[in-house]
Amino acid sequence: MDKNRKDTLVLIPAFNEGKNLREVISGIRQSCPEADILVINDGSLDNTSEAAIKAGAEVINLSFKLGYGAALQTGFKYALHKGYKYLLQMDGDGQHDSAYLQNLLHPVKSGETDLAIGSRFSSEREKGTYKAGFMKRTGMKIFAAITSVLIRQKITDATSGYQAMNSKVLKIYSSDIYPVDFPDADVLIMLHRMGFRIQEVPVAMHQNGSNQYMHRGMVSFYYVFKMLLSIFVDSLRKIPKELLS
Amino acid sequence: MPLRQKLFAIFISLALLMLIIELVRRRKLREEYSWLWLLTALIILFLASWHHLLIYVTSFIGAGLPTSTLFFFSLVFLFLIAIQFSIRISQLTNQIKTLVQENGLLHKRIDELEENVPGKDEAEQIK
Repeated sequence: MDKNRKDTLVLIPAFNEGKNLREVISGIRQSCPEADILVINDGSLDNTSEAAIKAGAEVINLSFKLGYGAALQTGFKYALHKGYKYLLQMDGDGQHDSAYLQNLLHPVKSGETDLAIGSRFSSEREKGTYKAGFMKRTGMKIFAAITSVLIRQKITDATSGYQAMNSKVLKIYSSDIYPVDFPDADVLIMLHRMGFRIQEVPVAMHQNGSNQYMHRGMVSFYYVFKMLLSIFVDSLRKIPKELLS
Repeated sequence: MPLRQKLFAIFISLALLMLIIELVRRRKLREEYSWLWLLTALIILFLASWHHLLIYVTSFIGAGLPTSTLFFFSLVFLFLIAIQFSIRISQLTNQIKTLVQENGLLHKRIDELEENVPGKDEAEQIK
């Protein structure tokens, strides 16, 4: 059975997304038929797991809610173990437009980059319905600016959960240095320090997700504190060479 | 506040600040548990360095001596930190319970599945 394994996995962390998964998964099948689909059911209280299975995806059920980053990481570890060459991560609430999956996958598959990030603040933004409040938008701009300075490359969306990566990045993301509480700007800075290439790809995002799960308290006071502390402390850390095979 | 006392308080709070940051850097302390410690160290630092603030707070809380204020705030923060730990430990206890139960149930399920594996040594099969 393993001989028929596809080389790409689409990973969807989900908490109480029973209503949205069917549409999200069918969107993925249309844009990316060459990929397997894995849903991580992060302790959902509704029919998330059943909806995912019904739509034909693989499911891993977590005993209780670990949070977005830890659920994602479960998927990373699965993908690494199964030997997938490429992984796409996207949200289960319909915020990420599946039409852009190939746009994200292409630069990674072609070897142009190790990590492709879908930026919602870009040329494609008009096609999406995503709107953020002033505070949140300002906060995101600030963190994008800090990231841009530190990695010496223009980043417009440092908090995007819409990404494509190769197995080298998968290895890093599966390790304990991946910050499961807020996997945002400091991950990018960490990857850059370790010599990985990052590329932004314009995507459209939509105003779904009344569900707070994926939004992970972004731009709350604690988030700002934690991100700044992480970024500062990361600059003092040694690069874990053992993760760079 | 006598100079020696002031310098010592400042020194201790700076040392605490650096210790916490170093522990976070070494990944021995998660950021979510570091913020109360950092806040404590910063508040002690401010109160010790800024004499007028210390006097004001001392009279505000009705303490007799400025040093009492420093002790008081240290204790209050230690309480808060201990409460944070208690809450987290309660949560972890519950999670461990669930995990261990699931682990036991999964083991049982595996044992039951293994009994029915075709080609397994006939003598070893219970049914």
